[in-house]
Amino acid sequence: MLWNALLLALREIRRNLMRSTLTMLGIVIGVASVVVMVNLGSGATAQVSAQIASLGSNLLMVRTGQRLGFGQRSEAKDFHIGDVEAVASEVGGIAAVAPAASQAMTAIYGNRNWSTTITGSDNNFFPVGNWTLAKGREFSSGELRAGASVCILGDSVRKELFGSQQALNEKLRINKLSCQVIGLLAAKGQSAGGRNQDDLVMIPLRAFWRRVAGNQDVQMMYVSARAGVSTAKVQRDIELLLRERRHIAENEDDDFNVHDMKEVAEALTGTTRVLTTLLGAVAAVSLLVGGIGIMNIMLVSVTERTREIGIRLAIGALEREVLLQFLVEAVVLSSFGGLLGILLAIATTYVLATLLGMPVLLDPGTMLLAFLFSAAVGVIFGFFPARKAARQDPIEALRYE
Amino acid sequence: MNAHSATGTSPLISLRNVTKVYGQGQAAMHALRGIDIDIAPGDFVAMMGPSGSGKSTCMNILGCLDTPTAGSYRFEGVEVGALSRNQRALLRRNFIGFVFQGFNLLARTSALENVELPLIYRGIPLIRRHTRACEALAAVGLSGWESHSSSELSGGQQQRVAIARALVTEPAVLLADEPTGNLDTARSLEIMELLKRCNGEQGITIVMVTHEAEMAAFARRVVHFLDGRVAGEQPGGTG
Repeated sequence: MLWNALLLALREIRRNLMRSTLTMLGIVIGVASVVVMVNLGSGATAQVSAQIASLGSNLLMVRTGQRLGFGQRSEAKDFHIGDVEAVASEVGGIAAVAPAASQAMTAIYGNRNWSTTITGSDNNFFPVGNWTLAKGREFSSGELRAGASVCILGDSVRKELFGSQQALNEKLRINKLSCQVIGLLAAKGQSAGGRNQDDLVMIPLRAFWRRVAGNQDVQMMYVSARAGVSTAKVQRDIELLLRERRHIAENEDDDFNVHDMKEVAEALTGTTRVLTTLLGAVAAVSLLVGGIGIMNIMLVSVTERTREIGIRLAIGALEREVLLQFLVEAVVLSSFGGLLGILLAIATTYVLATLLGMPVLLDPGTMLLAFLFSAAVGVIFGFFPARKAARQDPIEALRYE
Repeated sequence: MNAHSATGTSPLISLRNVTKVYGQGQAAMHALRGIDIDIAPGDFVAMMGPSGSGKSTCMNILGCLDTPTAGSYRFEGVEVGALSRNQRALLRRNFIGFVFQGFNLLARTSALENVELPLIYRGIPLIRRHTRACEALAAVGLSGWESHSSSELSGGQQQRVAIARALVTEPAVLLADEPTGNLDTARSLEIMELLKRCNGEQGITIVMVTHEAEMAAFARRVVHFLDGRVAGEQPGGTG
């Protein structure tokens, strides 16, 4: 009986190809928009996760001051190198600690100059921040101890100052400091916050103290926890240690801030996920509208085909056979529309993801769900018109003009 | 079941004091006021009468499309009034063929698919269905027209397709409601010849409603309707 209904339904769809196509269009667009939204959304989430991972695994950032609001922090005295050593030796579960002090300055090479950030640190900076060297070498222990005039360039700085020229072993000038390029960092791209991470010049911390800052302060610490260690516990231990070292009384708030990048990562991926769901939900409304379109056309179709229904009933079609025929018609239309929608979505995802420079992620689960949903739309919105068709009085239906 | 024997003694169709009332109370319209008709297997009955005389209502009841308000309609000894909507549909599917004044073919559908339609509902498999539909079209003289849709056929040809559709299931009775009403005289006579041949050669029982005495003359019996009653009966041209 189902096979017969399918046969009759397919004949009917073929007979009204134009109308069938237009009916399907609503579902095609609905399914396509849902799938594209979800695909792009998961692409964005994956991208954000990758960006966060590029910051460094299990990274904790320790800064002075407390965040007061948007972009403002309270004043507080900087860390001392002793704080860095204390964190490294006294807090358990830590892989490495990198001190950092930085200042915005202009780097000059030949007739080109470029405003960038000069950061003084040591070799721990590279593993903690997930940096790799594209060329050259890290600082030698002698250079670190002596605060030698050597520097390692981020990829953006290299491009701006040297272009296609060889940068290694060249000398560039930062303020009064002339330093030799000993290493080039591999590009990391934008951070999750949209900041260009590659825009930096690294020099030994001691060189920074002596030649740039004129003091011995450490503005930040980058701490990487060992794999499998709870970053929350490390964060708490660092906080306790620093409170003690900075002589903060029991009733006073911290005048520094430990930032767990994992939390930031989770917050950001969470945000994109919420956004994906939201966009998907908006797109689902268009699928619903497509379903109402099917119901609309099917109702018109039932009225238009009253005589045909009369003929079928007179010939001896059972009520449930007519119902099934119309229902199958609606389901075939909607699920075929769903299939076309998924194909359209795959093509659109490829084009958009390529244009937006995002990874192409096709989620088979979403596509299956969208397909099943489109079929369900056919059943739900096809049922009412189908029942209307099946319940016709054959005499009245045959008389219908 | 000896539906195709003209000599059977038990009637195929038996109406006893059948009445049909539309509406209620003051607005009640008595379409049939007590009809008694017996139709034997193999008979060819023409029903005549002015508009509103009840012949179409009678036809709908005979076709199990409608049920009598009172009285008894036995088809092959089965009381139709007691059957459900679905049971009556099955009765139509298995025992009754319809031919309408307006042909009532499916639009934008080939002659072959139109004739196949009742076989689909009977669940006949594709190849047998196809063969039988072609045979039925050949029997009404439409070999070679299988793939033409109804809009590409003349009125006479359309009515032949409709007859093929009605006969393809080999029904116990063929009900024709003014089959020549939309055709010119020459075409009408052709259709009547076809019906007469089906009745004579294949022994198919035919009940036909018509306005025209010329067409009624092809039947064995002519029943006259007036004001919802049978006003009289006379033998037809072949009777």
